[in-house]
Amino acid sequence: MPAPPPVFLMSLRPNNRSRLVIALTFIVALILTMLPGPEWARPFRPDWVSLVLIYWCMATPQRVGVGVGWTVGLILDVLYGSLLGERALAETLVAFLTLKLHLRMRMFPRWQQAVTVLVLVAINHLVVLWISDLVAHTPVRWSYWTSSVVSMLIWPWLFIILRDVRRRARVS
Amino acid sequence: MLSSPGWSLRTPSVLTRFVIFTALSLALMVLDHRGQQLAKVRAGLSVVFYPIEVAATLPARAGESVLKVIGGDRALREKYDKLATRQSLLEAKLERYEALKAQNTHLRKLLGSAALVADRAVVAKILQVNEEPFTREIVIAKGSRDGVRDGQPVIDNHGIMGQVTEVDPEQSRVTLITNPGHAIPVEDTRNGLRTIVFGTGDEDRVAVRYLTAPTDIKVGDLLVSSGIGGTFPFGYPVARITSIVNNPNEPFLDIHARPIAHLEYNKEVLLIWPTRARPEKAPPPSPPRPLSRDGSQAPVAAKRGIAPSEAGASPPGTPDSGTRHGH
Repeated sequence: MPAPPPVFLMSLRPNNRSRLVIALTFIVALILTMLPGPEWARPFRPDWVSLVLIYWCMATPQRVGVGVGWTVGLILDVLYGSLLGERALAETLVAFLTLKLHLRMRMFPRWQQAVTVLVLVAINHLVVLWISDLVAHTPVRWSYWTSSVVSMLIWPWLFIILRDVRRRARVS
Repeated sequence: MLSSPGWSLRTPSVLTRFVIFTALSLALMVLDHRGQQLAKVRAGLSVVFYPIEVAATLPARAGESVLKVIGGDRALREKYDKLATRQSLLEAKLERYEALKAQNTHLRKLLGSAALVADRAVVAKILQVNEEPFTREIVIAKGSRDGVRDGQPVIDNHGIMGQVTEVDPEQSRVTLITNPGHAIPVEDTRNGLRTIVFGTGDEDRVAVRYLTAPTDIKVGDLLVSSGIGGTFPFGYPVARITSIVNNPNEPFLDIHARPIAHLEYNKEVLLIWPTRARPEKAPPPSPPRPLSRDGSQAPVAAKRGIAPSEAGASPPGTPDSGTRHGH
């Protein structure tokens, strides 16, 4: 039996509570994405926003879908200063694919889930790469793809944390 | 469940929504790439999401202030800060002297130069470095309220770092010279050869393109900004040539250079307001702008305008110029 949610969350109506908790996790993911870090660590940063998006699309497809994916993608575009719509499109695609796969992904063992996440995040990065290359020629280095692998490695832990958050706040 | 608004099961199917949002993204990208209509939207949105950026830099700033408290006497610290600022201002003034010396040896330059008398400079803190792998950008803590304007040059104690490409009230975004798609007109201090330095996306490498084999350029040459185009003032160091590869199969030389400015090490940069001795009569020719924002034509135009040699003026798409010479 999961622990009861904090009091201030229980005072909200279930619908609002769920929305608030989901929004908070996205804000944390955005902050983690924008954290300044040293140059060498750049390729090893997981794609936090996509991971959180995949989780919520999988766990609560009735709440989080392509619309939310598009919105967080647009926020990423604004924060990164990249072409408006670039990441919005990539995150929309990730949300769509996750919604299509969510029943299967829930049944997958954890490692298989992680591999699916690797594919989804890599597709996201591929779309961003294509668009950047169309707009301005961009050099491709192998280190660009390490982020997807790091995202895969971090998925099992993130999954446990977010599942705990979801159960404690009774998000449905 | 069915009666709840918004994300209920009665809303359009997932596929329909996917198609709608994809179309929306594509429309946004085209609009953002083609025109300036979205600049205001982007500025408004970045104000809305400014708290996220502040929150992201909070741990680093907190650590800094803790270090300062531990660091000891406050008055001493303030004095040190003041002196450090003064030092970087002085160094920035000094850095043009090598170029000025070279300038005096070239009579040709004596006529058209001295356009710059003195530059006003202001120190700006780096708030954040763009973590996106393709763009070389920094965000600095000076905005339109401090008089920063679009296209303004940014330097450090060693040389040119880049130019301002987005101005918000409190902060602005600087595109570095290493950003792919950024181009800056330069000249060789050894012989006055005019050319263009392009960003490659690597943090310690820029490229000099469209120069042919007979061009007089050597490893170790210092490239300084030429002032052509009007965006960057004359005489600030930009890069030093590190390698020249002459591949006979390629129409142009493959030249790489290392930026003089310490692009990845600074915590503070200098914003300069170049002052001109004589007012410009004609509007400056299109200054080189980064490709990613303003469309692809600007750097190309700049390249044609100052093509260094007659062979270099041929567009990169033409067949091997060596073959043409043979006939």
